[in-house]
Amino acid sequence: MAHSSMAASTAGASPRRPLAGAGTSRWGEKVIKTFLALCAAFSILVTTGIVISLVVPTVNFFGQIPLVEFLTGTTWAPAFANPSFGVLPIVVGTLIVVVTALAVAIPVGLASAIYLSEYASSRVRKVVKPALEVLEGIPTVAIGLFAFFFMRPLAERYLPFLPWDTPFSIGIAGVAVGLLIVPLVASVSEDAMRSVPAGLREGAYALGASKMRVSMRVIFPAAISGIIAAVVLGTSRAIGETMVVLIAAGAGNPNLTFNWFGSAQTMTAYIGGTATGDISQGTVVYDTIFAVGALLFTMTLTMNIIATRLVRRFREVYE
Amino acid sequence: MPDNSGHETTGTAPGTTGTAPGTAPGGVGTASPDEVPVFELGDVSVSYNGNPALAGVTMDIGAKEITAFIGPSGCGKSTLLRSLNRMNDLIPGARVRGELLYKGTDLYGASVDAVQVRKRIGMVFQKPNPFPKSIYDNVAFGPRTVGMKGSMDEIVEKALRGAALWEEVSDRLRESAYSLSGGQQQRLCIARAIAVEPDVILMDEPCSALDPISTVRVEDLMAELKNHYSIVIVTHNMHQAARVADRTAFFSVQVDDTGRRIGQLIEADETGTIFTKPTDKRTEDYISGRVG
Ligand SMILES: Nc1ncnc2c1ncn2[C@@H]1O[C@H](COP(=O)(O)OP(=O)(O)OP(=O)(O)O)[C@@H](O)[C@H]1O
Ligand SMILES: [Mg+2]
Repeated sequence: MAHSSMAASTAGASPRRPLAGAGTSRWGEKVIKTFLALCAAFSILVTTGIVISLVVPTVNFFGQIPLVEFLTGTTWAPAFANPSFGVLPIVVGTLIVVVTALAVAIPVGLASAIYLSEYASSRVRKVVKPALEVLEGIPTVAIGLFAFFFMRPLAERYLPFLPWDTPFSIGIAGVAVGLLIVPLVASVSEDAMRSVPAGLREGAYALGASKMRVSMRVIFPAAISGIIAAVVLGTSRAIGETMVVLIAAGAGNPNLTFNWFGSAQTMTAYIGGTATGDISQGTVVYDTIFAVGALLFTMTLTMNIIATRLVRRFREVYE
Repeated sequence: MPDNSGHETTGTAPGTTGTAPGTAPGGVGTASPDEVPVFELGDVSVSYNGNPALAGVTMDIGAKEITAFIGPSGCGKSTLLRSLNRMNDLIPGARVRGELLYKGTDLYGASVDAVQVRKRIGMVFQKPNPFPKSIYDNVAFGPRTVGMKGSMDEIVEKALRGAALWEEVSDRLRESAYSLSGGQQQRLCIARAIAVEPDVILMDEPCSALDPISTVRVEDLMAELKNHYSIVIVTHNMHQAARVADRTAFFSVQVDDTGRRIGQLIEADETGTIFTKPTDKRTEDYISGRVG
């Protein structure tokens, strides 16, 4: 309908190009559209595949070990002669790493973001921003080695009175993971702050607000949803970080411990350390890896959902 | 800080003190003889990244009256307005030269703090730009910034009444400023500006995003406000200038021999004079709609 009337109205103006085209471009577009749809479907398929591959061994696992025992037990010794499957020790290990990492990354990352977005001259920003993005891609193995061979000995040298009783420290590993995610937190929240409309910034300056006040009272709250997103991304990364904790946090002891200075295992370190070639399918230990993986997945998912809610709640909408 | 470094203030050339009415081309004396001018501009030029946008502006801006800046797009009206409260400091590469006195003090003097300047000289922008906060917090932002004494509730109410917005929002102060209409938002921005009780309010096309009814309300408001504040308004609306302004300054673009377009003050006078018997042909052409 619309087609024919358009054709009629333009027919007089330009008779050269008929609106009902030859159809070749239409055809090409269909191919592109199908290709794009396939790509999208592929990523969904992969995600589904991951979930399914987690589910089967996890169900197996819980067929043998009761869920309550898994979630509330305080001894983690799946491979011992007298095995015990209380996951809390490695959950706490993960939590120590995450909390420590955030304690480093949130203040440092946000301060850098505020500096870059509100204080730095464009010349400084042009150098620092790409540098940050390069740092994001630094191999985590390097940071793990740095933590183990440099940070941990240095910490003992300058703070000898603290209980460093092993060469490993879950806390130091957490600090290293924090350093690892600083660039991510800084760069994502800087983007959020920079995208706050210039009009808001000007409005605040025009009221005689200092740079600090404009940053903290106008830009920061207006960018809060992006900043929360940055922290969530950082947290996900910290939860999932494996290499650094594998190297610097030690194997850990099977019992629940909150010792920041000593060695401890995280969920990822357990998975990473156990999933080696000589583990045979069908054993409990094999299934354990997936049960821990499923728990990790659930934790990250829950956190993302909470964060999404938070963002919606605190968002200061601007037009 | 990219800010202050870009500015430099040169002394006024001998014989062209901006205070003396009529001495410089386009220069204009104060309106009411009993009031000292709030701004005295002597040969003010502004450039961006070395490209002059506006040059050689010499004029006085009277206190407790409305001065309108009119002229074709790109002639530097906003540029000049923004140099009156040092908003140009925020633009890297912007540079203001010449003498810019605010109540006798050099605005760009070494000891002058731009933040303090803006506490006295407020600004309302072309596009309403309320903060993404509640109506109340929008108005309270400035008073909290300058640390005003007294009950914040009263300060907020007074400002909202001053901006003729109180009746409409008194029962919804905790709602987001974005729940207001565009015209209400603009009056909220005016309330926000007057809450700190400034000396001067600069308005850059404050009605250009508003419907005719909101425009009339803002214009009425300006007429009210000039009893307490000195107001400078940039407008593209000739009728608006004629309606609200006591004095009007006409700017135009001059193309120099290298092809650069530089803004210039053509003339400034009583609004009535500018609109009925302007001295310069260009003013007449512009006002009568024969713009080149
Ligand atoms: N931030 C900036 N950076 C570089 N050049 C600028 C900047 N702001 C303005 N200019 C230039 O300065 C000149 C004057 O601009 P200005 O915005 O003051 O004009 P105006 O008279 O307010 O125009 P309009 O009526 O369209 O708002 C223009 O040539 C413009 O390109
Ligand atoms: Mg303008």
